[in-house]
Amino acid sequence: MAFGPFFLLALMEGLVTAAVLALAASGLSLVFGVMRVVNVAHGAFFMLGAVLAWAVASAMPGQPAIAFLGALVIAPLLVAALAALADGLILKRLNYDPEATIVATIGLLYMIQQAVLALYGPNANPVTAPFELRLQLPWFGYSGYKLFVIVAAALVLLALWVFMTRTKVGLIMRATQVDRTTARSFGINVDRVYMGTFALGAALAALAGVLIVPIQQAHYLMGGDPLLLSFIVVIIGGLGSLRGTVVAALIIGLSDGVISMFFSPTLAKIIATLLVALVLVFRPQGLFGAKA
Amino acid sequence: MKVWALHLALIIALAVALAVLPPYPATTLARILVLAVFAMGYNLAFGYTGLLSLGHALFLAAGVFAAGLSAQFWGLSAGPALLLGVAAGGLVAAAVGLLALRTAGVSFMIVTLMFAQAGYLTVLYFGTITGGDEGFNLPAASRTVFGFDLSTDTPRFVAALVLFAVGLLASLALVRSSFGRSMVAMRENEERSRMLGINPFAVKLAALVLSGLYAGAAGAAYALLFGYAGANFATIQYSILPMLYVLLGGAGTTIGPFLGALLMFGLIEVTSRMARLWPVLEGMDYFLIGAALVVLVLFAPRGILGTLRERGLKWLP
Amino acid sequence: MAALIETRDLTLHFGGLRAVDGVDFTLNAGEIHALIGPNGAGKTTFVSLLSGRRLPQSGAILLNGEDITRLPAHLRVRKGIAYTFQITSIFPRLSVFDNVALAVQSCGAKGLAAQTRAALARVGLVGLEEQEAQTLSYGHQRLLELAMGLALKPRLLILDEPTQGLAASEIEGFKALVQSLVPETTVLLIEHNMDVVMDIATRITVLNFGQVLASGTPEAIRANPAVQEAYLGA
Repeated sequence: MAFGPFFLLALMEGLVTAAVLALAASGLSLVFGVMRVVNVAHGAFFMLGAVLAWAVASAMPGQPAIAFLGALVIAPLLVAALAALADGLILKRLNYDPEATIVATIGLLYMIQQAVLALYGPNANPVTAPFELRLQLPWFGYSGYKLFVIVAAALVLLALWVFMTRTKVGLIMRATQVDRTTARSFGINVDRVYMGTFALGAALAALAGVLIVPIQQAHYLMGGDPLLLSFIVVIIGGLGSLRGTVVAALIIGLSDGVISMFFSPTLAKIIATLLVALVLVFRPQGLFGAKA
Repeated sequence: MKVWALHLALIIALAVALAVLPPYPATTLARILVLAVFAMGYNLAFGYTGLLSLGHALFLAAGVFAAGLSAQFWGLSAGPALLLGVAAGGLVAAAVGLLALRTAGVSFMIVTLMFAQAGYLTVLYFGTITGGDEGFNLPAASRTVFGFDLSTDTPRFVAALVLFAVGLLASLALVRSSFGRSMVAMRENEERSRMLGINPFAVKLAALVLSGLYAGAAGAAYALLFGYAGANFATIQYSILPMLYVLLGGAGTTIGPFLGALLMFGLIEVTSRMARLWPVLEGMDYFLIGAALVVLVLFAPRGILGTLRERGLKWLP
Repeated sequence: MAALIETRDLTLHFGGLRAVDGVDFTLNAGEIHALIGPNGAGKTTFVSLLSGRRLPQSGAILLNGEDITRLPAHLRVRKGIAYTFQITSIFPRLSVFDNVALAVQSCGAKGLAAQTRAALARVGLVGLEEQEAQTLSYGHQRLLELAMGLALKPRLLILDEPTQGLAASEIEGFKALVQSLVPETTVLLIEHNMDVVMDIATRITVLNFGQVLASGTPEAIRANPAVQEAYLGA
């Protein structure tokens, strides 16, 4: 293959990564923005989404499209419920202390991961894509499902943006983000907002997991990379900024796709993690965020 | 007086335990002692100075690989290799600290996590030298100190105990010194310390370097005593473990890190024995680690010795 | 008298707010100098600039003629500028002894225990050394704060509203204590209690909207019509 088509393929793969990453990272960003909680278990929620999608699919053999649609609804809801439970049982009792919640979500990550290992096993299992469609470009064929992932992620992000900026609930969440004490004195039930935010953040991660699982098999350790990349995206995009998160996801996703195609993916990750550390040290508002 | 007696008594009790225990549990105890040294270093940064790091695996791995690679490629014997490991831990901690200490709180946690992750990936990237995921076994010739073979039981136990004793007594002396008081001042009220003429950055950097020296010593000792170096020492798991030990035993107590390591090992040992009866429990150690973290932050943030100190044993250092 | 501290055209604005606006100020060695003015006049911001907790946008600060405008706070403390906080800022979980020892050790740890006890004795906190600082009464915490300042053996002691929340009897003790410090230590004090100011201050500077409105002896300040209008008369 000539360089041009090869580069195009790299860009398209990068766009898929970026789309899934933007979804997962926006959940992390939302939780940090509103609650000031760094959720280390976010990758575990992503993984749960993928594993639950596999569970739904294997409960309905032979009907990949229906099973996938079912998983798209069921998996995020179940994960959201689990997250709400974790919020009520753990995070709320810690009074959302930033450092204590990090330690607690590390614990949560280990517990979820190990529970999945015990119930689901150590194997990676594939899920059939809901439809078989191959787009034949002049140079290579491309999976229609991957394009669907990009479109679906874009639609969900758009819906999230409308929800945050145009609805009353979104307004309440943003008000709580600015100042939780003031929000409380205005009669906002901050506890419920936090629980809802944490559940929504987890649901976004689970949704990303469901979308990815026909491309990448479900495995109990699959949450590690998305967690790290989401961190990178959220920090570079500016902690708590949704727009910055999406922009950063595009940059990281595309450059990851391109760099991994031409160089060692490990080297790409080393550079990305160091970059993130340096951004936090020298430009804590993120590369795209306005100075606080 | 009482304090020094307590610490000496602990060391003597451990010496007796190593002498009378059968080889397998005694080897486990030696492992615990080495990891307790790592946790003591973590405790200096986190428990006393208030620096909650998620990147101590990097300092441990610096010790592991400084000792391991120098033994492998330069044929260094255990003594110099250990010193090299200690120095490597301190140097890496200094480099990380110079950058990461410009941040605080959550940012500090994430920056240290990212540096450690970059370090782990670097170990993998240079897999031809470091052995990558598989790691490598240290050459037998390098595992000797003063003519004693560290791959045999008695020298190994003595070496682990000596390292632990030096680490414990040094940390006791440190936290009872003026510098120890400055470290605690960082944890309690940094702004006030500045207005007492203390340079917070310098104190925190020094504490982190000391912490790195401990981690480097533990890493080098682990590699030399148990004969293996590998990328797993650089994984996030080895940043979490010392935090867990310290939280369990009691942050900001000298004996807490050892107690936490001992109890956590014990807990995991008990479950793996139960797993022989009920296979469902197979490999539940990570679940236990996770559950222990959650339970500790929720119900006992001061850990065992921290709680005891609050409930009356005020003299506990 | 020699000037211990001089500021020239010292300025710090927060957005549109002129917290400190071109202040020329002289503090003579050995005096008790009170800084007064309405709330929001920039008093605390001004002493924050002196102590190095904040850096000015422009202007200069001289300590005995040496430019310390950009010197970090902890180095100013070592040069003899001590600051005690308006809102009591102690180490709540450390013992009373450790609180003061932290101050003593930062200027050389010779005779640590003796010097610590001396500073505690000076403010009258004897026998409480081993108590946890957070268990002290409010008045005792204020005294501890003061002991920490004294333990630094400062040339200049800046006191930010030291009598706030003290009982009348405690205020009398405080006044005597401050008067016993001069002339070895120069005292700059922000104070709202006019009785305290008029009793112990040898000179007064009035700040208003970040600028020096007047400066002089207590009598001169009392008689100044501009001050009466802006502050005392209100």
